[in-house]
Amino acid sequence: MLATDADILAEAERWKRAGRGVAIATVIETWGSAPRPTGAHLVIDHEGNFLGSVSGGCVEGAVVEEAIEAIGTGEPKLLEFGVADETAWKVGLSCGGRIAVRVEPVT
Amino acid sequence: MNLDQLAALNRCIAGRVPVAAVTALDAGLEPGDRVVILTPEDVSGQYYAEALLEAFRTGRSGIHEAAGRRYFFNVHLPPVKLVITGAVHISQALAEIARVIDLDCTIIDPRTAFATAGRFPLTRVIAEWPERALPALALDRYTAFVALTHDPKIDDPGLDAALRAGCFYVGALGSRKTHAKRVERLTAAGLPVAAVARIRAPVGLDLGAANPAEIAVAIAAEIIAAMREKRRAPAEAAER
Repeated sequence: MLATDADILAEAERWKRAGRGVAIATVIETWGSAPRPTGAHLVIDHEGNFLGSVSGGCVEGAVVEEAIEAIGTGEPKLLEFGVADETAWKVGLSCGGRIAVRVEPVT
Repeated sequence: MNLDQLAALNRCIAGRVPVAAVTALDAGLEPGDRVVILTPEDVSGQYYAEALLEAFRTGRSGIHEAAGRRYFFNVHLPPVKLVITGAVHISQALAEIARVIDLDCTIIDPRTAFATAGRFPLTRVIAEWPERALPALALDRYTAFVALTHDPKIDDPGLDAALRAGCFYVGALGSRKTHAKRVERLTAAGLPVAAVARIRAPVGLDLGAANPAEIAVAIAAEIIAAMREKRRAPAEAAER
């Protein structure tokens, strides 16, 4: 059974209440064929544990790294991934699409 | 987002209340000002009220501009429930389809010979009269209700509750003649004519379905069409 976005947000709350640093990453925009729809979530804790998906596995590693940093600073981040964005990121989406992901620390 | 906002969002989702997390995307805001959690009742007064209400209607999350600022609307609508009266042959197929298309399915039938776990190994089956079973199921506008027993003693109370709860889809099995009698009974029982007219009968899209499994496909297709009504292009909707 796949975790739904509802399960993921509930888990984010449990993690935060348990005293863990938590950030929620959300797909806020997609161009072309993107593996996960706008609104999809990945929740990350300060140790890099994560649940959910923003890309079906293509860019989760990079999002987790950025999220750990955002948990540290308390500031949100906007990340863009995709084959059209070669200079900023080495990680491409195999499907050829592009996604924008916002990382929001839970304060 | 802070923990209180996350908790408010989760309370709405768990309670099947439509809710949106609205994030201001422009830099420079304090954490507490970046995100607001809104239900459709809280929307009025916001610059983006109209766009957000439209997002609630379509269920689509996305970026919107209002008053020179950019906002991301993340809309959470309750997952669709399917409630069926009648643990019959069509329900066996419909319950399977519901599982595949991710509808949360419950079957009610007081006839214990029909309502068995053996006939419905993967579906919640309640061997009770609808009057007893329905209150706990909390029918709402994100529920599809289908009456399949052919027995007014079982189907009518279910239809009555579904129409009063504003279920987005209400269907009932039976010939036109059977349905005409059903309309008479429900109207006589005090339901408004307009409410009774919402019952889809004959139930299901007209596929020429020839057996119970095919009728189940026709019903599932009609439920999907009703679910996606707002998503479909206006021209398509007008043609129907």
